[in-house]
Amino acid sequence: MDKVIIAQDLSLAYSNNETIINKASFSINSGNFVFITGASGSGKSTLLKSLYGALKPKQGSLVVGGVELKAISRSKLNFLRRHIGIVFQDYKLVKEWTIEKNIMLPLLINGYLKSVAQDQVEKLLKHVRLNHQIGKYPLELSGGEQQRVAMARALAHNPILIMADEPTGNLDEYSSQLIWNLLEGANNQLKTTVIVVTHNIPKNLSVDYKHFHIEYGNIHEIR
Amino acid sequence: MKSVRNHLSLVLALLSILFSMQLYFIVERSIDAYKVKLSQNYSVIAVSKEELSSEAFAKINKIVSQAKEIAPDSVIKRLSSDMKSTNVELLKLTLPRFYKLSLSHYPSPEEIKKLKSDLLAHNAITKVEDFAHTHDTVYKLLLLFKNVVTLFSSVVLLVTVLLIFKELRIWQYKHNERMSIMGLFGAALWLRSAVLFRLAIVDALLASFVAFGIFTYLSSYPWVLDQFKNIGIDVVVFNPIDDFLMILGVAVAISIVLASLIVLGHKEEA
Repeated sequence: MDKVIIAQDLSLAYSNNETIINKASFSINSGNFVFITGASGSGKSTLLKSLYGALKPKQGSLVVGGVELKAISRSKLNFLRRHIGIVFQDYKLVKEWTIEKNIMLPLLINGYLKSVAQDQVEKLLKHVRLNHQIGKYPLELSGGEQQRVAMARALAHNPILIMADEPTGNLDEYSSQLIWNLLEGANNQLKTTVIVVTHNIPKNLSVDYKHFHIEYGNIHEIR
Repeated sequence: MKSVRNHLSLVLALLSILFSMQLYFIVERSIDAYKVKLSQNYSVIAVSKEELSSEAFAKINKIVSQAKEIAPDSVIKRLSSDMKSTNVELLKLTLPRFYKLSLSHYPSPEEIKKLKSDLLAHNAITKVEDFAHTHDTVYKLLLLFKNVVTLFSSVVLLVTVLLIFKELRIWQYKHNERMSIMGLFGAALWLRSAVLFRLAIVDALLASFVAFGIFTYLSSYPWVLDQFKNIGIDVVVFNPIDDFLMILGVAVAISIVLASLIVLGHKEEA
């Protein structure tokens, strides 16, 4: 099976030089469903940031989708990100855009025609059960609804990899379940690799998953 | 409403810059037109022992556009009542020649000084009257007027630029979030900044067209025209082609610089 992510002696640190992840080595195969857990401040989100290129490795090597991120150029990083879908705990939706335009964003970046993108958005909105809210702005929706919009945006361009940072952290049970179903669906049906940072792994998952736990800067493969 | 507010802050700031700029140009044109009018009325008197042509005077100093000899008849007429006719003829022959020199433009005090010294350096010219005191007073008044308007325009420009920089911070905050989110999905720099540049250019166009409307109206407003008529000059308050192109150019340039500063100041979220 192809490896989507390969980390070798990976160390991560912010500008204050305090090491967050220390010489970690791991790999993730294409089509894996992966959970990353750990206590608050353990470095889960930092690791995820490094995986989508927002934080460059301090030491070691990190290869995502066949691209080494340590010395990646801006244009290569843009190219890589066009094949990744990201979901954040705080949704990161553009407030001055309608939810339709928010979901359309990765499609337009990837060069889809507007009419094709609109059809895709309609399908996705039905999928996340928000088709009646199409013209609304993010701040007119509840937290759960906003996260479903963010989920639809992450799925819109059929990415090879979806990364989610505590996607159900602030959500009610109904929205949480819908998010997990969508992530499982993408993994099951489209064979999309899914990496989820979370405090709690849901119990009723139907997919086989990998589990990494971060403690004191070290990454342990638990499952 | 939100969209109008988004545009209004930059449009007003741009309008203020365009107004102070056009005001400066109107004053500059008025002063130039007034100088031309003054130069038509201003002349220097030169007294020469021999006959000199306009070309000869122009050779002495290029500023002389025309030299006209003043006929001595009126002076001689006053004296002739007590003189014999033969003596009058003799006086006519011995009197020096008086020339009224017209100048190509309204000169500065330095140019007047130079003209006077150049003329006096000529062997035939014995005396020059430059009416320097009257000239200097008018010239200094014009200069003062121009300096006051320049100072006023500069202060307006400075205050507006400071306001724009304050606005820039708000824009930076507002656009940073969207640009970061677009960056997370791999949008190239041009795509991330396209909204910003479009907004800046739309604002520049809006400000230019509003300025165009106002200045076109002012240029035919009777009160404005009367002000120029009163001092006997004809000034183009607003040229709908040249001035509009300049206003548009300045507004677009300022907006693009502003948008570029925001794009350059944008920091990726880490």
